[in-house]
Amino acid sequence: MPAIMFIHADGRPDRVETSGGESAMQAATRHGIDGILAECGGNAMCATCHVYVDESWLTRLPEMADDEDALLDGTAAERRPSSRLSCQIKITPELDGLVLRLPERQV
Amino acid sequence: MTASGAAGSGVPHLDVDPFDMTFLADPYPAHELLREAGPVVYLDKWNVYGVTRYAEVHAVLNDPATFCSSRGVGLSDFKKETPWRPPSLILEADPPAHTRTRAVLSKVLSPTVMKQVRDRFAAAAEERVDALLEQRSFDAITDLAEAYPLSIFPDALGLKPEGREHLIPYASVVFNAFGPPNELRQQAIERSAPHQAYVAEQCQRENLAPGGFGACIHAQVDEGAITASEAPLLVRSLLSAGLDTTVNGIGAAVYCLARFPDQWQRLREDLTLARGAFEEAVRFESPVQTFFRTTTREVELSGAKIGEGEKVLMFLAAANRDPRRWDEPGRYDITRRTSGHVGFGSGIHMCVGQLVARLEGEVMLTALARRIAKIEITGEPKRRFNNTLRGLDSLPVTITPA
Ligand code: HEM
Ligand code: FES
Repeated sequence: MPAIMFIHADGRPDRVETSGGESAMQAATRHGIDGILAECGGNAMCATCHVYVDESWLTRLPEMADDEDALLDGTAAERRPSSRLSCQIKITPELDGLVLRLPERQV
Repeated sequence: MTASGAAGSGVPHLDVDPFDMTFLADPYPAHELLREAGPVVYLDKWNVYGVTRYAEVHAVLNDPATFCSSRGVGLSDFKKETPWRPPSLILEADPPAHTRTRAVLSKVLSPTVMKQVRDRFAAAAEERVDALLEQRSFDAITDLAEAYPLSIFPDALGLKPEGREHLIPYASVVFNAFGPPNELRQQAIERSAPHQAYVAEQCQRENLAPGGFGACIHAQVDEGAITASEAPLLVRSLLSAGLDTTVNGIGAAVYCLARFPDQWQRLREDLTLARGAFEEAVRFESPVQTFFRTTTREVELSGAKIGEGEKVLMFLAAANRDPRRWDEPGRYDITRRTSGHVGFGSGIHMCVGQLVARLEGEVMLTALARRIAKIEITGEPKRRFNNTLRGLDSLPVTITPA
C-alpha cells in the first residue's frame, strides 16, 4: 500500500501508510494527525483539511474541481498555489511517497 | 418493546414507535435495542424500514440515487400524499435539481463569508455573556441558547425587526411535520397558518436587507443561477433550518458542559477546544435526530431486501453513538476526534449551514468559558418535544464569574 508523508507546521514529519482507495484526509485522521480537522468528514464543505502539496508533487495530482477551488478561498491559513483539500486527494499507487505540508491552522 | 424475527425476510420487525413521548423523552434504550436487533429493522407502527448503526446510516446518506429525498425526508411520501407546504428546493430535491440550488446556498454560506461575519458573531456572544453575568441565575435555554442565535441570525439574513417571534414556532412546525401523523404533527400544522404567512412574506426580495444572506440568494437570480420564483423558497430553507437547529445545538453544548464539570474545566484551561466541544455536543445529543429517505428501486442493504417506494428512517443520533464506530460513545469528550459523525448528515445533503452552526457554537462557548468559572444546574431541566429535534424547553442555571 502507498505511504504518504505529512510535515507538521513545526517541521516534524509523520509517515502514514494508506489503505486501499482512501483519501489523504482519511489516512491522516485514521492516524491521529491533528493538523487535519476534517470537520465535514470529507464532503468538500468545510476547508479544514487544507494542505500544501510539496512542489515536486504538484503537477502529478489530478486537477481540482470547481467546488474545491471555491472552498480554498476560505481556508483559515493563507491560500498558496500549492493549496489543496486533502479529502479530495485520493491516494493511488502512483502517489506513493507524496509529501503534504500542514498549515498553521485549520479554523 | 419486543424484537421478533419476521419469517422469511430476515429483517427483524419491532413494535417500537420512535415518535411517541416515552421514546422521545429517553431514546437511548430504544436506540440500543434497535441497533442490536440488526443492521436493518422494520418498524410495524409506521410501516417503515429503519437503520440505526453507523455503517448503514452512512451508506444510505451516501447513495442518494437509491435513497432519494424528492419524495420527502419525513414519513409522508410526496408521490402519494400532498405535502403540507410546497417542497423545499434543496432538502426535498434530488440531483440534478439539487445540485443547482445547493451550489447557490453553498456560495452564500461559504467559509469566505464566515470570515466576514465572524467578528460580528463573536462580539454578540460577548454581549450575551455580559448580560448573563448581570443576571447570575437564568434559564440557559431562553436566555442563552435562544437569545444568542436570535441576536445574530435574523440580522445576518437581513430580516425586518417585526414579527421575528414567528421564527422559532415556524421551525418547530417544519421539524414536527417530518414525523408521522401523531398529535405533535397534527397540532403543529393546525396552528401553522400565521407562521407560514409571516415566513412567505419575509422571503420576498423587497423584505430582505442588502448584504444579508437573503439578499445574496436573490442576487443569484441576476447571475442566472436560479429563477426569481425559486429565490424565495431558498430563503425559506434558511428560515426553516437555520435558527431552531442552532438553538438546540448551543443548548445541547451548554447542557453537556453543565453536566460534565471536568469537560468544562478542560475547556476553561484551553479555549481552543471550544469548537471541538460544540461539535462533540452535536454528536452526543444530535439535535436533529432523524430523517427519512424513499427507495427509488429494489435494493439490498446489508443483506436486507427492500422494495421500491419504501420509506427508510435514518437514526442519526443512534449512529452517532454506535459502539461499532465510536469508543465510549456515551461519554461527552471535548477532545474526541468527531470527524465523520452524522449529526449534520453526510453526502450531498450534508448540512449546508454547518459552518454557520460551528461558528455560533465556537464563539459562544469561547465567550462563556473565558468569563465564567462555574455553571450549576439549579432546577429540573424540562424537555421540549418535537418529532425530529432533540432539545430542552428550560434549563435553570446559576453561574459563578471567573
Ligand atoms: C447544530 C445545528 C444544525 C444541525 C444539527 C443541522 C443538521 C442538518 C442535517 C442532519 C441535515 C441533512 C438533511 C438530510 O440529509 O436530509 C441538514 C441539512 C440542511 N441544513 Fe442544517 N443543521 C444545523 C444548522 C443549520 C443552519 C445554521 C442552517 C442555515 C444557515 C442550516 C440549513 C440547512 C439546509 C438548507 C439543509 C439542506 C441541505 C441539502 O439538502 O442539501 N442548518 N442540516
Ligand atoms: S474534510 Fe471538509 S473539505 Fe475536506
